[in-house]
Amino acid sequence: MADESLFDFLHMEIVSHVYKEQQAGKGEMDNKDRAVCVSVLESMGFRVGQGLIERLTRDSPSFKDELDVMKFVCKDFWTKVFRRQVDNLRTNHQGTYVLQDNKFSLLTQLSNGKQYLDQAPKYLAFSCGVVRGALSNLGMDSVVTAEVSVMPSCKFQVVIQKL
Amino acid sequence: MAVCIAVIAKENYPLYIRSVPTQNELKFHYTVHTSLDVVEEKISAVGKSLGDQRELYLGLLYPTEDYKVYGYVTNSKVKFVIVVDSSNTSLRDNEIRSMFRKLHNSFTDVMCNPFHNPGDQIQSKAFDGIVSGMMVQTG
Repeated sequence: MADESLFDFLHMEIVSHVYKEQQAGKGEMDNKDRAVCVSVLESMGFRVGQGLIERLTRDSPSFKDELDVMKFVCKDFWTKVFRRQVDNLRTNHQGTYVLQDNKFSLLTQLSNGKQYLDQAPKYLAFSCGVVRGALSNLGMDSVVTAEVSVMPSCKFQVVIQKL
Repeated sequence: MAVCIAVIAKENYPLYIRSVPTQNELKFHYTVHTSLDVVEEKISAVGKSLGDQRELYLGLLYPTEDYKVYGYVTNSKVKFVIVVDSSNTSLRDNEIRSMFRKLHNSFTDVMCNPFHNPGDQIQSKAFDGIVSGMMVQTG
């Protein structure tokens, strides 16, 4: 039972460590520093996503198309990584997908409403990276962003880059 | 027992290629390179047939007079190619499949190694060990 909290705690500490490192030496953090922290977290997530997807798709058959891949991400991948399925998947059928998770596991401990809303993006950067890494290894280059309006529900927007 | 084993990245450059040392290695490199065309053809052919269960194992790619070449592609479009001696007719399809399984498992472990960057040459000793186990024992 405790295994679930292990990663949650580790993740919180990773976020706090990255921000402390960036702030060491300087008194204030400006927007550029914040952007650096977010990209460090996102690139960590990217590498993790690449490795994870290799393990998780080892036995499954090849995917038919983009939508098939996104459905896999929403169901199997999300279950293995975040212990639940994505609640809502929307698409404009032109390469943009919005995944909505109403009880995102990395945000449940922060708050249940609007408190700490401004801190939430820090805790979503890693997960955006994981999704981007997973898609990249499946052959889809993408840009993944996340937004939160009410905790712990959040929306991940995936835009597939077409060459 | 394989004569040559190769792992090719999705951009079609080799991540790992190893052959039995006594032979002319360049010939194997060339064989693997030409087999890539056949792999591409098989991947796109499966796409058109709209089957529900699409296999990762591609089967016999093509036979030459001395060798038989088998292929396997993962979901991340990394290809494994195994070249076996034609004279070794006792190798059944199942055995080839299990060789590919072992390779895929070992490759997954390599990918999860934080010191390995995807796209680099594979330098893992464990992977080397698995491949040696599958190659023809010389001498």
